[in-house]
Amino acid sequence: MEKLYINKNGLDQWFKQMIKGGSHVYAPVQGRDKVDFKRVTELSEVASDFVQTTQSIKKAVFPKAESLFSYQKSGKNVEVQDFDALSVSDKVLWKIRPCDAAGFASLTGIFNWDYKDKPYNTRLEKTTLVSFSCSKSDSYCFCTSVNGGPGSTVGSDIQITMLPGEGALVEVLTSKGKALVELSADSFEQLSKEIDKELYLAKVPVHFALEQVKEKLSVAFDSPVWQQQSERCLGCGACAFVCPTCACFDIQEDAKGSAGRRIRCWDSCGFSLFTLHTSGHNPRPTQSTRWRQRILHKFSYMPERIQKMGCTGCGRCSRACPVDMNILEHLTSIAE
Amino acid sequence: MDNSNIYLPHLMEIEKITDEAPGVRTFRLKFKNEEEAEAFDFKAGQFGEYSAFGEGESTFCIASSPTRKGYIECTFRQAGRVTSGLSKLEEGATMGFRGPFGNTFPLDEWKGKSLLFVAGGIALPPMRCVIWNALDTRENFKDITIVYGAKSVNDLVYKGELEEWEKRADVNLITTVDPGGETPDWKGQVGFVPSVLEKVAPNSDNTIAIVCGPPIMIKFTFPVLEKLGFKDENVYTTLENRMKCGVGKCGRCNVGKLYVCKDGPVFTKAQLKDIPPEY
Repeated sequence: MEKLYINKNGLDQWFKQMIKGGSHVYAPVQGRDKVDFKRVTELSEVASDFVQTTQSIKKAVFPKAESLFSYQKSGKNVEVQDFDALSVSDKVLWKIRPCDAAGFASLTGIFNWDYKDKPYNTRLEKTTLVSFSCSKSDSYCFCTSVNGGPGSTVGSDIQITMLPGEGALVEVLTSKGKALVELSADSFEQLSKEIDKELYLAKVPVHFALEQVKEKLSVAFDSPVWQQQSERCLGCGACAFVCPTCACFDIQEDAKGSAGRRIRCWDSCGFSLFTLHTSGHNPRPTQSTRWRQRILHKFSYMPERIQKMGCTGCGRCSRACPVDMNILEHLTSIAE
Repeated sequence: MDNSNIYLPHLMEIEKITDEAPGVRTFRLKFKNEEEAEAFDFKAGQFGEYSAFGEGESTFCIASSPTRKGYIECTFRQAGRVTSGLSKLEEGATMGFRGPFGNTFPLDEWKGKSLLFVAGGIALPPMRCVIWNALDTRENFKDITIVYGAKSVNDLVYKGELEEWEKRADVNLITTVDPGGETPDWKGQVGFVPSVLEKVAPNSDNTIAIVCGPPIMIKFTFPVLEKLGFKDENVYTTLENRMKCGVGKCGRCNVGKLYVCKDGPVFTKAQLKDIPPEY
């Protein structure tokens, strides 16, 4: 890992080079009442004062709906056109949070633990992740309870920590990160002295012991807690859609006349149709069984099966929940 | 890294269509691309994602035996959008196939044992693959008993093959229909599969039981097998959880830490005791 320093002008210059190089840069932009990722061309468009975007940026590698291949029917014949890797543009995800970057590591686990997922991998290979460490947090944040932290570099290609004054510490973590820095090598300076990044990070309290939660969950399948916690769940799926690690998907047909494409789109284990058989039988027939699946999949099944957590402590699901279900409160109560 | 697209189906030509029962059809499929046909191999128990272009994909087992080369077969009941789309296809038409996916019945481990097949309704297809595999390598097994039931005589699938098995001296076939489902000339049993099985009372010594059927049939068949002395590790079944991707990603068939599409669809009764009952 290489550590560099960059001042405000350098940052401007570097950003301009990224745009000039043809990369599509996505960054948090302040909207009327929320901050969300948008494609930007100027550094000034990037939101400066925010804790968290409403949605995660997983759509950069796992779009809400994407074509897996397309086809054309003629008579009894069909011609298929494979997923078009060339249509995927180079992307820089700018000012994502450490919890977002960690989410990409979980997604990569899901999409590659066994069979390799070409559409996902094609997008990921062309994406460079520039995280900014967090100087602020709110009561929904719990990264430090799930092995993360406001300065965690897991999943990032580059991490930037803003320093007092107008400069920043730049940690170059991967070869992709290095390539991005080299676009504008003149903009960076060597560090004149060691910088203690910790001084500039938000203090995020540890709310529960992860190992304790995992242990409790391993014997909690028949616990009444799922019913109690999910009593008010609407099954709307908002939690899954804003989550940086939720990757359950549906495969559907988008056809018109003799042409069509097979598309993959976001889905959620919280929906009643998710596991419904055509016969009418449903292995998870109630909202409480679906809530249990959400929690156990993230905190029990995924760690055991693919050695990745299904949660990065970003808190988005709790902020987005229309009935104020709070995952941090629920996990804390399970740990107790 | 393997850079092929796991979602891109093989193109298959429907070589032959057989009507099995009301709404139930068998397709015999041939790879349109010869290289893909050459490279293709599967084992008994594996499944695939079959697609009607314009409608989508559905999950069925491969119903033909791996001992029969040059084609695969699937049997399905017209129920939803995809199976309705498939039902409209005619011989010679093109459809899609992804697979083979999932684990297999361990026929090699079963050498020297007797086999008991217990199937209900549209669940004979996954078993038919194993039955033919065993019959084509008949010298590997001792007794072969098949107990098969359906709602009515009309609902029995593979009627031609049932006749063939009936005639064979090396197969003991018992067919049954639910009370009220019999016809005046019906010569088989009348009664539900679990009770007919209890009456037939096959020997459990050195015997593997393979059970496929609707959840309710499996629920009542397991205790009968237990009574007959079958150990949990010698009772096999397949789980039929909803699937989309077939390759352990879309999340639908996740039960506990297992994915039915990757760790199944074949499970022993002993394995089922270790996972949540979400199937």
